[in-house]
Amino acid sequence: MLDVRNLTYEVIENGEKITIVKDINFTVGDGEMLVVTGPNGGGKSTVAKLLMGVLAASEGKILLDGEDITGMSLDERANAGIGYAFQQPPAFKGMTIRRLLNLAAGKDLPEHVCCDLLSSVGMCAGEYLDREVDATLSGGERKRVEIATVLAKSHKLCIFDEPEAGIDLWSFSMLVDEFEKIHREKKETLLLISHQEKIIRMADRILVIREGMVDACGGAEEILPGLFGDGRECACINRKGVGGYGIGCGNK
Amino acid sequence: MELDAVTNSVLKTIDASGFRQEGAYNLRYNGQALCHGDSEHIKIRRKEDKPGIDVYISGEARGEQVHIPVVIAKSGVTDIVYNDFYIEEGADVVIVAGCGIHNSGCNEARHDGIHAFHVGKNAKVVYEEKHYGEGEGTGRNILNPVTRIDLEEGAIFTLDTAQIRGVDSTERKTDVDMGPGSRLVVMEKLMTHGSQSAVSNMEVRMNGSGSSAQIVSRSVAKGISRQTFHPNAVGNALCKAHIQCDSIIMDEAQVCSIPEIDARNVDAQIVHEAAIGRINTEQLLKLRSFGMTEEEAEAVIIESFLR
Repeated sequence: MLDVRNLTYEVIENGEKITIVKDINFTVGDGEMLVVTGPNGGGKSTVAKLLMGVLAASEGKILLDGEDITGMSLDERANAGIGYAFQQPPAFKGMTIRRLLNLAAGKDLPEHVCCDLLSSVGMCAGEYLDREVDATLSGGERKRVEIATVLAKSHKLCIFDEPEAGIDLWSFSMLVDEFEKIHREKKETLLLISHQEKIIRMADRILVIREGMVDACGGAEEILPGLFGDGRECACINRKGVGGYGIGCGNK
Repeated sequence: MELDAVTNSVLKTIDASGFRQEGAYNLRYNGQALCHGDSEHIKIRRKEDKPGIDVYISGEARGEQVHIPVVIAKSGVTDIVYNDFYIEEGADVVIVAGCGIHNSGCNEARHDGIHAFHVGKNAKVVYEEKHYGEGEGTGRNILNPVTRIDLEEGAIFTLDTAQIRGVDSTERKTDVDMGPGSRLVVMEKLMTHGSQSAVSNMEVRMNGSGSSAQIVSRSVAKGISRQTFHPNAVGNALCKAHIQCDSIIMDEAQVCSIPEIDARNVDAQIVHEAAIGRINTEQLLKLRSFGMTEEEAEAVIIESFLR
C-alpha cells in the first residue's frame, strides 16, 4: 500500500539548512492501521504533510500501491486515493457543513448520509448540517467536521493528524469506536498521528518518531511496554527502552 | 408576453426565485415598463410625474412575493427610475428586484434605481436585489442604486443585495431611519473584477428605543478593481447594532473598508469589525485535499463567501 523510503525534509532558515525529518522509512500494508506517535516537535505532522503533499519532500520517495507519488501535487494525491484530516482545520465563511461534506465526497450526499457522517463524530445533524463552518463553531466542533469530511469518501489511505486534539472525552470515545469500525469492518488503511493511549492501543503497528527520525517501530506488543510500561515510561524519552530498531520500519 | 432569449437569460440570473408573469410583477425593459400584473394584496401603479412605479402592499399580504426586475439590453440606454413601496401595518412580503445589463455595443448602459420603502408597524419585508452585467460589447455597465427605508415601530426589514459580476461602476447609497423596536438586517455581497469600481455608502439611524441593526458586507475584489465600503450606524436611542465588513482581496485590487459607529445615546450599543485579506492558504489546502485544483478551490471559496 504505502512505502516510504528515505523521506527527508529540510528548510533554509537564516541561510542555514535545518533538517526537520531525516531518512524516514516505513511501510503501511493494505488494511493496516499504523499509529505514529512521539514527542511534540518530533516531526510527526511534517511526515503526514509530506505524505499528503502539503509539503514537498527534499529527498526520498513515497510509493502508493507501487506508484511513485513523490512528485504529485496535493490534489493529485487526493485523487490517487489519499484522504487527509488536518490537525487544525480552517474556518470557511459562507460554507455550510452540508456543502463541505458534499465537496469532500465529490457529489451531493443524501440527507441521511450527511446525518450518519455527523453522528459518527458525535454531532447532531439537525443542529449542524446547515450551520456555517465559521468561527461560530468551536475548535472541537470544527475538528469533528474535519474528520467527517474524510469519512465522507472511501480512500485507499486515510491520514488523521491528531484527531483527538480539541475533542471532548465523550466525542473522543465515539471517535475511537469509529476508527475501530473503519479499520476492522471496512478494512481501510489508516495512518493516525496520536498521543492517545486508547488510539495507540488500537494500532496494528506503532511508529515512534523523535527528533525527525524513526525512533522505534513495531507491533503493539513490542512497542507498548516501552510507551506505557512500568512507570509509564515513554519510548520516545528512553530510546533504549525500545532500542534496536534502526532508522526504518517494514511490516513484512 | 413572449420574452426573447437574452431577456430570459438575464432574468434567470438576477431573479433566483424565478420571474413569472403572474401575481404581482413589473418588468422594466430598456427604460420602459414592458408588462405588469397585480395580485389581490399587491397593487402596482405607474407614476404620472416621473418614470417608475408605486407599489402598494396590503396588510393582508402574507409571505407574498412581488417581482420588479429591470433589464437593459441596448447599448447607450440611460434609465433612471423612481420606485416607491408602501407597505401596510402587519404585511409580510418578499420584494425581488434587480437589474441586469446585456451590453453588446460600445456605448455606456446605465440604470439608476431610486427606491423608497415606507414600512408600516410590525410589517416584515425581505428585499432582494441582484445586479449583473454581461455582453460582448466594450460599453461600460453602470448601476447606481439609491435605497431609502423608513421603518415604523416593530417593522423588520431584510436588505439582501448582491453584485454578481460584470458591473463596471456602481455607487450605492442606502439611507435608513428606524422606529422603536424595529429591526434591520443588511447583507451586501459584491464581486468586482477587471478595472471595475464599487462604492457603497450607508447610513442607518436607530432613532427608536429597542431598534437593532445587523449590517454585513462581504466582497471579493479581483484584477485592478477598487471597492470602498462606508457603513455608518448611528445610535440615537437605546439600540444595538453590529457592522461586519469582510473582503477577499486578489491580484492588484484595492479595498477600502470604513465601518463607522456613532453613538448619540448612552444606551446605544454599537460594534464594528472589518477584515481584508487574501484567500486563506489553509482553506485552499483543505479543498485541494478533496482533489480540487487550486483554481477550482479558489472558485469554491469565493462562491461560498459571497453566497
